[in-house]
Amino acid sequence: MRPQNQSRRNFIKGIIASGAVVSTGGLMFVSGCSETTTTPAPGSVERLISLNINGTIRRVDVLPNETLAQTLRNKLGLTGTKIGCDRGECGACSVLIDGVPNNSCSMLSHRVTGKNITTIEGIASPAGELHPVQRAMIEELAPQCGFCTPGQVISSVALLNNNPNPSREEARQALAGNLCRCGAYDHYLNAVLRAAEEIA
Amino acid sequence: MSTKDMMPNFDLFQPSDMGNAIDLLDQYGADAWPLAGGQDSLDWFKDRIKRPVAVIDLAGIPGMTGINETANGIEIGALTTLTEIAQSLLIRDNYGVLAEAASRVASPQIRNIGTIGGNICQDVRCWYYRSGVDCYRAGGNTCYADTPEGLNREHCLFEADRCVAVSPSDTAPALVALDATMLIQNSDGIREVAAEDFFIGPDVDIERVTVLEPGDILTSIRIPSTWAGANYYFEKVADRATWDFALVNIASVLRMQGNTITDLRVVCGGVQCTPRRLNGVEDIVRGSNRDAETIELASSAAARGATVLNYNGFKIPLMENLVKRAIRDS
Ligand SMILES: Cc1cc2nc3c(=O)[nH]c(=O)nc-3n(C[C@H](O)[C@H](O)[C@H](O)COP(=O)(O)OP(=O)(O)OC[C@H]3O[C@@H](n4cnc5c(N)ncnc54)[C@H](O)[C@@H]3O)c2cc1C
Ligand code: SF4
Ligand code: FES
Ligand code: FES
Repeated sequence: MRPQNQSRRNFIKGIIASGAVVSTGGLMFVSGCSETTTTPAPGSVERLISLNINGTIRRVDVLPNETLAQTLRNKLGLTGTKIGCDRGECGACSVLIDGVPNNSCSMLSHRVTGKNITTIEGIASPAGELHPVQRAMIEELAPQCGFCTPGQVISSVALLNNNPNPSREEARQALAGNLCRCGAYDHYLNAVLRAAEEIA
Repeated sequence: MSTKDMMPNFDLFQPSDMGNAIDLLDQYGADAWPLAGGQDSLDWFKDRIKRPVAVIDLAGIPGMTGINETANGIEIGALTTLTEIAQSLLIRDNYGVLAEAASRVASPQIRNIGTIGGNICQDVRCWYYRSGVDCYRAGGNTCYADTPEGLNREHCLFEADRCVAVSPSDTAPALVALDATMLIQNSDGIREVAAEDFFIGPDVDIERVTVLEPGDILTSIRIPSTWAGANYYFEKVADRATWDFALVNIASVLRMQGNTITDLRVVCGGVQCTPRRLNGVEDIVRGSNRDAETIELASSAAARGATVLNYNGFKIPLMENLVKRAIRDS
Protein backbone atom coordinates (compact mmCIF):
# COMPACT_ATOMS: atom_id res chain seq x y z
CA MET A 1 0.00 0.00 0.00
CA ARG A 2 2.65 2.44 1.04
CA PRO A 3 4.60 2.54 -2.19
CA GLN A 4 1.31 2.95 -3.99
CA ASN A 5 0.33 5.83 -1.72
CA GLN A 6 3.65 7.42 -2.28
CA SER A 7 3.37 7.21 -6.00
CA ARG A 8 -0.12 8.63 -5.72
CA ARG A 9 1.25 11.54 -3.72
CA ASN A 10 3.94 12.07 -6.31
CA PHE A 11 1.30 11.95 -8.97
CA ILE A 12 -0.78 14.61 -7.24
CA LYS A 13 2.32 16.72 -6.63
CA GLY A 14 3.10 16.44 -10.29
CA ILE A 15 -0.35 17.64 -11.22
CA ILE A 16 -0.21 20.57 -8.84
CA ALA A 17 3.17 21.58 -10.12
CA SER A 18 2.16 21.37 -13.75
CA GLY A 19 -1.10 23.17 -12.97
CA ALA A 20 0.89 25.98 -11.43
CA VAL A 21 3.11 26.16 -14.47
CA VAL A 22 0.14 26.29 -16.79
CA SER A 23 -1.64 29.01 -14.85
CA THR A 24 1.51 31.12 -14.58
CA GLY A 25 1.91 30.78 -18.30
CA GLY A 26 -1.67 31.91 -18.77
CA LEU A 27 -1.21 34.95 -16.56
CA MET A 28 1.94 35.90 -18.36
CA PHE A 29 0.16 35.80 -21.68
CA VAL A 30 -2.75 37.85 -20.44
CA SER A 31 -0.55 40.53 -18.89
CA GLY A 32 1.35 40.57 -22.14
CA CYS A 33 4.86 40.32 -20.69
CA SER A 34 5.73 36.90 -22.10
CA GLU A 35 8.97 36.26 -23.93
CA THR A 36 10.09 39.84 -23.42
CA THR A 37 13.70 38.69 -23.32
CA THR A 38 14.07 38.94 -27.09
CA THR A 39 15.32 42.33 -28.21
CA PRO A 40 13.36 43.87 -31.04
CA ALA A 41 15.15 44.14 -34.37
CA PRO A 42 16.38 47.62 -35.32
CA GLY A 43 13.79 49.50 -37.34
CA SER A 44 10.86 47.55 -35.92
CA VAL A 45 8.01 49.29 -34.12
CA GLU A 46 8.22 51.12 -30.78
CA ARG A 47 6.29 49.55 -27.93
CA LEU A 48 5.12 52.74 -26.29
CA ILE A 49 2.41 54.14 -28.54
CA SER A 50 -0.47 56.62 -28.34
CA LEU A 51 -3.97 55.58 -29.23
CA ASN A 52 -6.87 57.98 -29.65
CA ILE A 53 -9.73 56.16 -27.95
CA ASN A 54 -13.14 57.71 -27.44
CA GLY A 55 -11.61 61.15 -27.90
CA THR A 56 -8.84 60.67 -25.33
CA ILE A 57 -5.17 60.06 -26.12
CA ARG A 58 -3.99 57.00 -24.18
CA ARG A 59 -0.29 56.16 -23.90
CA VAL A 60 0.11 52.41 -23.72
CA ASP A 61 2.84 49.77 -23.89
CA VAL A 62 1.87 47.46 -26.74
CA LEU A 63 3.64 44.37 -28.08
CA PRO A 64 4.07 44.09 -31.85
CA ASN A 65 1.99 40.90 -31.81
CA GLU A 66 -0.89 42.34 -29.77
CA THR A 67 -4.41 42.81 -31.07
CA LEU A 68 -6.49 45.90 -30.42
CA ALA A 69 -9.02 43.75 -28.52
CA GLN A 70 -6.26 42.67 -26.14
CA THR A 71 -4.96 46.20 -25.66
CA LEU A 72 -8.44 47.57 -24.99
CA ARG A 73 -9.45 44.86 -22.56
CA ASN A 74 -6.22 43.95 -20.82
CA LYS A 75 -4.27 47.21 -20.80
CA LEU A 76 -6.88 49.96 -20.91
CA GLY A 77 -9.69 48.43 -18.88
CA LEU A 78 -12.18 48.88 -21.70
CA THR A 79 -13.84 45.52 -21.24
CA GLY A 80 -17.09 46.49 -22.96
CA THR A 81 -15.50 45.17 -26.15
CA LYS A 82 -16.03 41.41 -26.04
CA ILE A 83 -13.90 38.62 -27.46
CA GLY A 84 -16.14 35.84 -28.76
CA CYS A 85 -14.15 33.86 -31.28
CA ASP A 86 -10.88 35.80 -31.65
CA ARG A 87 -10.95 34.76 -35.33
CA GLY A 88 -13.07 37.35 -37.16
CA GLU A 89 -16.10 35.09 -37.11
CA CYS A 90 -18.53 36.77 -34.70
CA GLY A 91 -18.21 40.58 -34.54
CA ALA A 92 -18.47 40.71 -30.73
CA CYS A 93 -15.21 42.66 -30.69
CA SER A 94 -16.40 45.32 -33.18
CA VAL A 95 -15.12 48.87 -32.72
CA LEU A 96 -15.21 51.90 -34.98
CA ILE A 97 -11.93 52.90 -36.64
CA ASP A 98 -12.43 56.35 -38.14
CA GLY A 99 -16.14 55.59 -38.09
CA VAL A 100 -15.88 52.20 -39.83
CA PRO A 101 -16.74 48.93 -38.02
CA ASN A 102 -13.80 46.56 -37.66
CA ASN A 103 -13.14 43.41 -35.66
CA SER A 104 -10.64 44.49 -33.00
CA CYS A 105 -9.56 40.86 -32.47
CA SER A 106 -8.21 40.85 -36.02
CA MET A 107 -6.37 44.16 -35.92
CA LEU A 108 -2.85 44.76 -34.65
CA SER A 109 -2.88 47.67 -32.18
CA HIS A 110 0.06 49.19 -34.02
CA ARG A 111 -2.14 49.52 -37.10
CA VAL A 112 -4.45 52.07 -35.48
CA THR A 113 -2.07 54.72 -34.18
CA GLY A 114 -3.24 58.07 -35.54
CA LYS A 115 -6.80 56.82 -36.05
CA ASN A 116 -9.95 57.64 -34.10
CA ILE A 117 -11.07 54.56 -32.22
CA THR A 118 -14.57 54.40 -30.77
CA THR A 119 -15.43 51.54 -28.45
CA ILE A 120 -18.80 50.76 -26.90
CA GLU A 121 -17.73 52.91 -23.92
CA GLY A 122 -17.60 55.92 -26.24
CA ILE A 123 -21.09 55.56 -27.72
CA ALA A 124 -23.09 57.17 -24.90
CA SER A 125 -22.56 60.93 -24.43
CA PRO A 126 -19.79 61.98 -21.99
CA ALA A 127 -22.57 62.87 -19.54
CA GLY A 128 -23.76 59.28 -19.69
CA GLU A 129 -26.82 59.82 -21.85
CA LEU A 130 -27.45 56.70 -23.93
CA HIS A 131 -27.26 56.83 -27.72
CA PRO A 132 -30.65 56.48 -29.48
CA VAL A 133 -29.51 53.05 -30.69
CA GLN A 134 -28.87 51.94 -27.12
CA ARG A 135 -32.21 53.30 -25.92
CA ALA A 136 -34.01 51.56 -28.79
CA MET A 137 -32.32 48.28 -27.99
CA ILE A 138 -33.58 48.51 -24.41
CA GLU A 139 -37.08 49.42 -25.61
CA GLU A 140 -37.15 46.50 -28.04
CA LEU A 141 -35.73 44.07 -25.46
CA ALA A 142 -33.11 43.25 -28.06
CA PRO A 143 -30.33 41.77 -25.90
CA GLN A 144 -30.91 38.29 -24.56
CA CYS A 145 -27.64 37.21 -22.92
CA GLY A 146 -26.11 40.52 -24.06
CA PHE A 147 -22.73 39.20 -25.12
CA CYS A 148 -23.10 40.28 -28.74
CA THR A 149 -24.78 43.58 -27.84
CA PRO A 150 -21.74 45.90 -27.83
CA GLY A 151 -20.91 44.72 -31.35
CA GLN A 152 -24.53 45.09 -32.50
CA VAL A 153 -24.56 48.66 -31.16
CA ILE A 154 -21.30 49.52 -32.93
CA SER A 155 -22.54 48.22 -36.31
CA SER A 156 -25.90 49.94 -35.87
CA VAL A 157 -24.36 53.30 -34.96
CA ALA A 158 -22.05 53.12 -37.99
CA LEU A 159 -25.00 52.31 -40.24
CA LEU A 160 -27.16 55.19 -39.00
CA ASN A 161 -24.25 57.64 -39.28
CA ASN A 162 -24.02 56.83 -42.99
CA ASN A 163 -27.64 56.05 -43.73
CA PRO A 164 -30.05 57.61 -41.21
CA ASN A 165 -33.06 56.01 -42.84
CA PRO A 166 -32.18 52.40 -43.71
CA SER A 167 -34.59 49.77 -44.96
CA ARG A 168 -34.89 46.61 -42.90
CA GLU A 169 -32.85 44.80 -45.56
CA GLU A 170 -30.11 47.44 -45.43
CA ALA A 171 -30.01 47.10 -41.66
CA ARG A 172 -29.81 43.33 -42.02
CA GLN A 173 -26.81 43.67 -44.35
CA ALA A 174 -25.10 46.15 -42.02
CA LEU A 175 -25.50 43.83 -39.02
CA ALA A 176 -24.63 40.67 -40.97
CA GLY A 177 -21.16 40.53 -39.41
CA ASN A 178 -22.52 40.33 -35.85
CA LEU A 179 -23.34 36.81 -34.76
CA CYS A 180 -25.99 36.43 -32.05
CA ARG A 181 -25.99 32.99 -30.48
CA CYS A 182 -29.30 33.79 -28.78
CA GLY A 183 -30.83 34.44 -32.18
CA ALA A 184 -32.24 37.85 -31.26
CA TYR A 185 -31.62 39.20 -34.75
CA ASP A 186 -35.13 40.45 -35.43
CA HIS A 187 -35.19 42.34 -32.14
CA TYR A 188 -31.92 44.05 -33.01
CA LEU A 189 -33.33 45.00 -36.41
CA ASN A 190 -36.49 46.38 -34.78
CA ALA A 191 -34.23 48.47 -32.57
CA VAL A 192 -32.22 49.85 -35.48
CA LEU A 193 -35.40 50.94 -37.26
CA ARG A 194 -36.82 52.43 -34.07
CA ALA A 195 -33.59 54.36 -33.47
CA ALA A 196 -33.69 55.63 -37.07
CA GLU A 197 -37.21 56.95 -36.48
CA GLU A 198 -36.12 58.61 -33.27
CA ILE A 199 -33.11 60.29 -34.86
CA ALA A 200 -35.19 61.57 -37.81
CA MET B 1 -7.04 26.93 -29.36
CA SER B 2 -7.57 29.28 -26.48
CA THR B 3 -9.17 32.55 -27.43
CA LYS B 4 -7.15 34.75 -25.13
CA ASP B 5 -3.70 33.67 -26.25
CA MET B 6 -1.10 36.06 -27.45
CA MET B 7 0.20 35.38 -30.90
CA PRO B 8 3.80 34.13 -30.80
CA ASN B 9 6.41 36.87 -30.95
CA PHE B 10 7.39 38.52 -34.19
CA ASP B 11 9.05 41.76 -35.10
CA LEU B 12 6.69 44.21 -36.76
CA PHE B 13 7.93 46.64 -39.39
CA GLN B 14 5.87 49.48 -40.79
CA PRO B 15 7.90 50.77 -43.75
CA SER B 16 6.76 54.06 -45.24
CA ASP B 17 8.05 53.40 -48.74
CA MET B 18 8.25 50.54 -51.21
CA GLY B 19 12.07 50.43 -51.31
CA ASN B 20 12.28 49.94 -47.58
CA ALA B 21 9.60 47.24 -47.65
CA ILE B 22 11.42 45.32 -50.38
CA ASP B 23 14.74 45.61 -48.52
CA LEU B 24 13.08 44.11 -45.43
CA LEU B 25 11.51 41.30 -47.44
CA ASP B 26 14.90 40.49 -48.97
CA GLN B 27 16.65 40.68 -45.61
CA TYR B 28 14.30 38.17 -43.97
CA GLY B 29 13.57 35.98 -47.01
CA ALA B 30 11.26 33.09 -46.17
CA ASP B 31 10.99 34.35 -42.55
CA ALA B 32 9.23 37.54 -43.68
CA TRP B 33 5.44 37.86 -43.96
CA PRO B 34 3.84 40.74 -45.89
CA LEU B 35 0.74 41.97 -44.07
CA ALA B 36 -2.14 43.69 -45.86
CA GLY B 37 -5.49 43.70 -44.00
CA GLY B 38 -4.33 40.85 -41.79
CA GLN B 39 -7.70 39.07 -41.86
CA ASP B 40 -6.14 35.82 -43.01
CA SER B 41 -2.65 36.34 -41.60
CA LEU B 42 -3.50 36.86 -37.93
CA ASP B 43 -5.45 33.57 -37.83
CA TRP B 44 -2.39 31.68 -39.02
CA PHE B 45 -0.27 33.37 -36.34
CA LYS B 46 -2.82 32.81 -33.55
CA ASP B 47 -3.03 29.14 -34.42
CA ARG B 48 0.81 29.01 -34.33
CA ILE B 49 0.91 27.31 -37.70
CA LYS B 50 2.82 30.01 -39.55
CA ARG B 51 5.51 31.63 -37.44
CA PRO B 52 7.20 34.45 -39.31
CA VAL B 53 10.16 36.26 -37.73
CA ALA B 54 9.33 39.59 -39.35
CA VAL B 55 5.89 40.87 -40.28
CA ILE B 56 6.06 43.66 -42.85
CA ASP B 57 2.96 45.86 -42.70
CA LEU B 58 2.35 47.17 -46.22
CA ALA B 59 -0.34 49.69 -45.20
CA GLY B 60 2.05 52.64 -44.86
CA ILE B 61 3.43 52.39 -48.39
CA PRO B 62 2.02 55.25 -50.46
CA GLY B 63 0.23 54.52 -53.73
CA MET B 64 -0.97 51.01 -52.90
CA THR B 65 -4.64 51.89 -52.48
CA GLY B 66 -7.25 53.32 -54.77
CA ILE B 67 -8.98 52.68 -58.06
CA ASN B 68 -7.82 54.67 -61.07
CA GLU B 69 -8.88 54.89 -64.68
CA THR B 70 -6.06 54.23 -67.15
CA ALA B 71 -5.80 54.61 -70.93
CA ASN B 72 -7.04 51.05 -71.32
CA GLY B 73 -9.20 50.17 -68.31
CA ILE B 74 -8.58 50.54 -64.61
CA GLU B 75 -5.83 49.87 -62.09
CA ILE B 76 -6.65 48.85 -58.52
CA GLY B 77 -4.04 49.18 -55.77
CA ALA B 78 -3.47 45.82 -54.09
CA LEU B 79 -4.30 47.31 -50.67
CA THR B 80 -7.69 48.66 -51.73
CA THR B 81 -10.32 47.25 -49.38
CA LEU B 82 -13.05 44.92 -50.54
CA THR B 83 -15.65 47.43 -49.30
CA GLU B 84 -14.16 50.15 -51.53
CA ILE B 85 -14.29 47.80 -54.51
CA ALA B 86 -17.86 46.73 -53.80
CA GLN B 87 -18.96 50.38 -53.51
CA SER B 88 -16.89 51.98 -56.28
CA LEU B 89 -19.16 53.42 -58.95
CA LEU B 90 -16.42 53.03 -61.53
CA ILE B 91 -16.26 49.29 -60.85
CA ARG B 92 -20.00 48.81 -60.41
CA ASP B 93 -20.78 50.56 -63.69
CA ASN B 94 -18.10 48.87 -65.78
CA TYR B 95 -16.94 45.68 -64.07
CA GLY B 96 -20.02 44.75 -62.05
CA VAL B 97 -18.95 41.13 -61.73
CA LEU B 98 -16.00 42.22 -59.56
CA ALA B 99 -18.08 44.57 -57.39
CA GLU B 100 -20.56 41.79 -56.73
CA ALA B 101 -17.88 39.24 -55.98
CA ALA B 102 -16.22 41.63 -53.50
CA SER B 103 -19.54 42.32 -51.80
CA ARG B 104 -20.03 38.61 -51.13
CA VAL B 105 -16.75 38.06 -49.24
CA ALA B 106 -16.88 37.19 -45.53
CA SER B 107 -18.63 39.89 -43.43
CA PRO B 108 -18.90 43.70 -43.50
CA GLN B 109 -16.20 44.06 -40.83
CA ILE B 110 -13.79 41.84 -42.77
CA ARG B 111 -14.48 43.60 -46.06
CA ASN B 112 -13.85 46.96 -44.38
CA ILE B 113 -10.18 46.08 -43.86
CA GLY B 114 -9.54 42.97 -45.95
CA THR B 115 -7.83 43.90 -49.22
CA ILE B 116 -8.24 42.69 -52.78
CA GLY B 117 -4.55 41.69 -52.81
CA GLY B 118 -4.94 39.66 -49.63
CA ASN B 119 -8.12 38.12 -50.94
CA ILE B 120 -6.43 36.68 -54.01
CA CYS B 121 -3.18 35.74 -52.20
CA GLN B 122 -4.94 33.92 -49.35
CA ASP B 123 -3.89 30.35 -48.72
CA VAL B 124 -6.28 27.41 -49.08
CA ARG B 125 -8.99 26.79 -46.49
CA CYS B 126 -8.52 23.03 -46.08
CA TRP B 127 -9.29 22.48 -42.40
CA TYR B 128 -6.72 19.71 -42.04
CA TYR B 129 -3.98 22.00 -43.26
CA ARG B 130 -5.33 24.89 -41.16
CA SER B 131 -5.20 22.77 -38.03
CA GLY B 132 -1.47 22.33 -38.51
CA VAL B 133 -1.13 18.71 -39.66
CA ASP B 134 1.91 17.65 -41.66
CA CYS B 135 0.09 17.17 -44.97
CA TYR B 136 1.64 17.53 -48.43
CA ARG B 137 0.92 21.25 -48.54
CA ALA B 138 2.63 21.68 -45.18
CA GLY B 139 5.73 19.87 -46.46
CA GLY B 140 4.72 16.36 -45.35
CA ASN B 141 3.91 13.29 -47.41
CA THR B 142 0.22 12.55 -47.03
CA CYS B 143 -3.14 14.20 -47.67
CA TYR B 144 -5.68 13.84 -44.86
CA ALA B 145 -8.63 15.04 -46.92
CA ASP B 146 -8.26 12.52 -49.73
CA THR B 147 -8.67 9.35 -47.68
CA PRO B 148 -11.67 7.01 -47.23
CA GLU B 149 -12.55 8.75 -43.93
CA GLY B 150 -11.40 12.22 -44.98
CA LEU B 151 -13.97 15.00 -44.78
CA ASN B 152 -13.70 16.48 -48.23
CA ARG B 153 -17.06 18.10 -48.89
CA GLU B 154 -15.32 21.41 -49.63
CA HIS B 155 -12.52 19.91 -51.71
CA CYS B 156 -11.76 19.80 -55.41
CA LEU B 157 -13.18 18.20 -58.55
CA PHE B 158 -10.33 19.00 -60.93
CA GLU B 159 -6.57 18.99 -61.29
CA ALA B 160 -5.80 17.28 -57.99
CA ASP B 161 -2.15 16.44 -57.53
CA ARG B 162 -1.65 14.90 -54.07
CA CYS B 163 -3.42 17.98 -52.59
CA VAL B 164 -7.18 18.33 -53.18
CA ALA B 165 -7.70 21.83 -51.70
CA VAL B 166 -9.61 24.51 -53.63
CA SER B 167 -9.23 28.19 -54.39
CA PRO B 168 -11.29 29.94 -51.66
CA SER B 169 -11.41 33.46 -53.05
CA ASP B 170 -14.60 35.11 -54.30
CA THR B 171 -12.81 37.83 -56.23
CA ALA B 172 -10.28 35.58 -58.02
CA PRO B 173 -12.77 34.07 -60.50
CA ALA B 174 -14.06 37.56 -61.33
CA LEU B 175 -10.53 38.79 -62.01
CA VAL B 176 -9.77 35.81 -64.26
CA ALA B 177 -13.05 36.40 -66.12
CA LEU B 178 -12.11 40.05 -66.68
CA ASP B 179 -8.67 39.12 -68.12
CA ALA B 180 -6.97 41.05 -65.29
CA THR B 181 -3.20 41.19 -64.88
CA MET B 182 -1.17 41.41 -61.68
CA LEU B 183 1.73 43.80 -61.14
CA ILE B 184 4.43 42.30 -58.94
CA GLN B 185 7.44 44.17 -57.63
CA ASN B 186 10.67 42.90 -56.06
CA SER B 187 14.29 44.03 -55.88
CA ASP B 188 14.78 43.07 -59.55
CA GLY B 189 11.97 45.30 -60.77
CA ILE B 190 8.33 45.00 -61.79
CA ARG B 191 6.69 42.20 -63.76
CA GLU B 192 3.15 41.78 -65.05
CA VAL B 193 1.44 38.40 -64.87
CA ALA B 194 -1.92 37.41 -66.35
CA ALA B 195 -4.49 36.41 -63.69
CA GLU B 196 -4.73 32.96 -65.22
CA ASP B 197 -0.99 32.41 -64.73
CA PHE B 198 -0.88 34.11 -61.31
CA PHE B 199 -2.69 31.25 -59.59
CA ILE B 200 -0.77 27.96 -59.52
CA GLY B 201 -1.84 24.42 -58.74
CA PRO B 202 -0.12 21.73 -56.66
CA ASP B 203 1.44 20.28 -59.81
CA VAL B 204 3.53 23.46 -60.10
CA ASP B 205 4.23 24.02 -56.39
CA ILE B 206 2.29 22.27 -53.67
CA GLU B 207 3.26 24.79 -50.99
CA ARG B 208 2.10 27.95 -52.79
CA VAL B 209 -1.14 29.07 -54.41
CA THR B 210 0.24 31.98 -56.44
CA VAL B 211 3.42 32.72 -58.34
CA LEU B 212 4.51 35.09 -55.55
CA GLU B 213 7.84 34.14 -54.03
CA PRO B 214 9.60 35.51 -50.95
CA GLY B 215 10.56 39.11 -51.71
CA ASP B 216 7.62 39.74 -54.04
CA ILE B 217 4.95 42.36 -53.40
CA LEU B 218 1.72 42.44 -55.39
CA THR B 219 1.36 46.16 -56.02
CA SER B 220 -1.72 46.46 -58.20
CA ILE B 221 -4.23 44.75 -60.42
CA ARG B 222 -4.98 45.97 -63.94
CA ILE B 223 -8.28 45.33 -65.62
CA PRO B 224 -8.39 46.00 -69.37
CA SER B 225 -11.48 47.58 -70.87
CA THR B 226 -12.14 44.39 -72.89
CA TRP B 227 -15.18 43.53 -70.76
CA ALA B 228 -16.18 47.01 -69.60
CA GLY B 229 -19.96 47.27 -69.49
CA ALA B 230 -20.42 43.66 -70.66
CA ASN B 231 -23.29 41.49 -69.41
CA TYR B 232 -22.19 39.66 -66.29
CA TYR B 233 -23.25 37.13 -63.68
CA PHE B 234 -21.85 36.29 -60.25
CA GLU B 235 -23.22 33.79 -57.80
CA LYS B 236 -21.75 32.25 -54.69
CA VAL B 237 -23.24 29.16 -53.11
CA ALA B 238 -22.29 28.78 -49.46
CA ASP B 239 -23.82 27.21 -46.36
CA ARG B 240 -24.48 30.61 -44.78
CA ALA B 241 -24.84 34.02 -46.39
CA THR B 242 -22.17 35.60 -44.17
CA TRP B 243 -18.64 34.40 -43.29
CA ASP B 244 -18.81 31.14 -45.17
CA PHE B 245 -16.56 30.40 -48.10
CA ALA B 246 -18.01 29.40 -51.43
CA LEU B 247 -18.77 25.74 -51.99
CA VAL B 248 -18.80 26.80 -55.63
CA ASN B 249 -18.90 30.31 -57.05
CA ILE B 250 -19.18 31.44 -60.65
CA ALA B 251 -18.16 34.63 -62.43
CA SER B 252 -19.01 35.24 -66.06
CA VAL B 253 -18.99 38.06 -68.57
CA LEU B 254 -20.43 37.93 -72.05
CA ARG B 255 -21.02 40.10 -75.10
CA MET B 256 -24.02 39.76 -77.39
CA GLN B 257 -24.94 40.90 -80.87
CA GLY B 258 -28.66 40.53 -81.34
CA ASN B 259 -29.35 37.15 -79.79
CA THR B 260 -25.89 35.78 -80.59
CA ILE B 261 -23.30 35.44 -77.86
CA THR B 262 -20.16 36.70 -79.56
CA ASP B 263 -17.70 36.09 -76.76
CA LEU B 264 -17.64 35.15 -73.09
CA ARG B 265 -15.64 34.07 -70.07
CA VAL B 266 -16.92 31.61 -67.48
CA VAL B 267 -14.86 30.91 -64.36
CA CYS B 268 -15.62 28.85 -61.25
CA GLY B 269 -14.02 29.01 -57.80
CA GLY B 270 -14.16 26.29 -55.17
CA VAL B 271 -13.65 23.44 -57.64
CA GLN B 272 -9.88 23.24 -58.07
CA CYS B 273 -6.79 24.75 -56.53
CA THR B 274 -6.93 27.69 -58.94
CA PRO B 275 -9.94 29.52 -60.35
CA ARG B 276 -11.14 27.21 -63.15
CA ARG B 277 -11.83 28.75 -66.50
CA LEU B 278 -14.51 26.67 -68.23
CA ASN B 279 -12.99 26.66 -71.72
CA GLY B 280 -15.27 23.85 -72.86
CA VAL B 281 -18.36 25.85 -71.98
CA GLU B 282 -16.98 28.98 -73.63
CA ASP B 283 -16.23 27.07 -76.87
CA ILE B 284 -19.75 25.66 -77.04
CA VAL B 285 -21.43 28.98 -76.38
CA ARG B 286 -19.26 31.35 -78.40
CA GLY B 287 -21.07 32.22 -81.65
CA SER B 288 -24.30 30.50 -80.61
CA ASN B 289 -27.72 31.94 -80.01
CA ARG B 290 -28.76 32.40 -76.41
CA ASP B 291 -31.47 29.75 -76.30
CA ALA B 292 -32.51 26.67 -74.38
CA GLU B 293 -30.36 24.37 -76.50
CA THR B 294 -27.16 26.35 -76.02
CA ILE B 295 -27.80 26.64 -72.30
CA GLU B 296 -28.40 22.90 -72.01
CA LEU B 297 -25.25 22.05 -73.97
CA ALA B 298 -23.20 24.50 -71.91
CA SER B 299 -24.52 23.05 -68.69
CA SER B 300 -23.70 19.49 -69.70
CA ALA B 301 -20.10 20.53 -70.42
CA ALA B 302 -19.67 22.43 -67.14
CA ALA B 303 -18.19 19.68 -65.01
CA ARG B 304 -16.74 17.49 -67.76
CA GLY B 305 -13.59 15.75 -66.55
CA ALA B 306 -14.46 16.03 -62.86
CA THR B 307 -13.15 13.43 -60.41
CA VAL B 308 -15.27 13.31 -57.29
CA LEU B 309 -14.06 12.59 -53.78
CA ASN B 310 -16.22 10.86 -51.16
CA TYR B 311 -18.31 13.84 -50.12
CA ASN B 312 -18.13 16.48 -52.86
CA GLY B 313 -20.20 14.90 -55.65
CA PHE B 314 -22.90 17.55 -55.09
CA LYS B 315 -20.57 20.10 -56.65
CA ILE B 316 -21.19 18.63 -60.12
CA PRO B 317 -24.91 19.49 -60.39
CA LEU B 318 -24.09 22.73 -58.61
CA MET B 319 -21.62 23.70 -61.34
CA GLU B 320 -24.02 22.60 -64.05
CA ASN B 321 -26.84 24.71 -62.70
CA LEU B 322 -24.62 27.71 -62.06
CA VAL B 323 -23.43 27.59 -65.66
CA LYS B 324 -27.03 27.43 -66.81
CA ARG B 325 -27.89 30.55 -64.85
CA ALA B 326 -24.73 32.35 -65.91
CA ILE B 327 -25.43 31.90 -69.61
CA ARG B 328 -29.14 32.57 -69.24
CA ASP B 329 -28.99 35.56 -66.86
CA SER B 330 -25.73 37.36 -67.72
C1 LIG C 1 -14.28 34.53 -40.88
C2 LIG C 1 -13.72 34.72 -42.26
C3 LIG C 1 -14.54 34.53 -43.36
C4 LIG C 1 -14.04 34.70 -44.65
N1 LIG C 1 -14.89 34.49 -45.71
C5 LIG C 1 -14.41 34.69 -46.98
C6 LIG C 1 -15.25 34.53 -48.11
O1 LIG C 1 -16.43 34.23 -47.97
N2 LIG C 1 -14.72 34.73 -49.35
C7 LIG C 1 -13.42 35.07 -49.53
O2 LIG C 1 -13.00 35.25 -50.66
N3 LIG C 1 -12.60 35.23 -48.47
C8 LIG C 1 -13.08 35.06 -47.21
N4 LIG C 1 -12.26 35.23 -46.15
C9 LIG C 1 -10.90 35.55 -46.39
C10 LIG C 1 -10.71 37.03 -46.34
O3 LIG C 1 -11.52 37.67 -47.25
C11 LIG C 1 -9.36 37.26 -46.74
O4 LIG C 1 -8.63 36.68 -45.72
C12 LIG C 1 -9.05 38.71 -46.84
O5 LIG C 1 -9.64 39.26 -47.99
C13 LIG C 1 -7.60 38.78 -46.98
O6 LIG C 1 -7.26 40.11 -47.15
P1 LIG C 1 -6.22 40.76 -46.14
O7 LIG C 1 -5.84 42.03 -46.77
O8 LIG C 1 -6.80 40.83 -44.80
O9 LIG C 1 -5.04 39.69 -46.23
P2 LIG C 1 -3.82 39.39 -45.29
O10 LIG C 1 -4.22 38.48 -44.20
O11 LIG C 1 -3.12 40.63 -44.93
O12 LIG C 1 -2.95 38.59 -46.36
C14 LIG C 1 -3.32 37.31 -46.83
C15 LIG C 1 -2.13 36.67 -47.51
O13 LIG C 1 -1.77 37.38 -48.67
C16 LIG C 1 -0.46 37.88 -48.60
N5 LIG C 1 -0.52 39.23 -49.16
C17 LIG C 1 -1.52 40.13 -48.95
N6 LIG C 1 -1.31 41.24 -49.68
C18 LIG C 1 -0.16 41.05 -50.35
C19 LIG C 1 0.58 41.83 -51.29
N7 LIG C 1 0.14 43.05 -51.65
N8 LIG C 1 1.74 41.34 -51.80
C20 LIG C 1 2.14 40.10 -51.42
N9 LIG C 1 1.50 39.31 -50.58
C21 LIG C 1 0.35 39.76 -50.04
C22 LIG C 1 -0.10 37.87 -47.14
O14 LIG C 1 1.28 37.72 -46.96
C23 LIG C 1 -0.86 36.65 -46.66
O15 LIG C 1 -0.16 35.49 -46.96
C24 LIG C 1 -12.71 35.08 -44.84
C25 LIG C 1 -11.88 35.29 -43.74
C26 LIG C 1 -12.36 35.13 -42.46
C27 LIG C 1 -11.47 35.37 -41.30
S1 SF4 D 1 -6.16 18.79 -49.33
FE1 SF4 D 1 -4.11 19.71 -49.48
S2 SF4 D 1 -4.09 21.06 -47.73
FE2 SF4 D 1 -5.74 19.60 -47.31
S3 SF4 D 1 -4.81 17.87 -46.18
FE3 SF4 D 1 -4.70 17.36 -48.36
S4 SF4 D 1 -2.62 18.08 -48.92
FE4 SF4 D 1 -3.15 19.13 -47.05
S1 FES E 1 -14.00 38.12 -31.30
FE1 FES E 1 -13.47 39.32 -33.00
S2 FES E 1 -14.83 38.60 -34.50
FE2 FES E 1 -15.24 37.24 -32.86
S1 FES F 1 -27.99 38.36 -27.14
FE1 FES F 1 -26.93 36.54 -26.64
S2 FES F 1 -25.52 36.42 -28.29
FE2 FES F 1 -26.82 37.99 -28.93
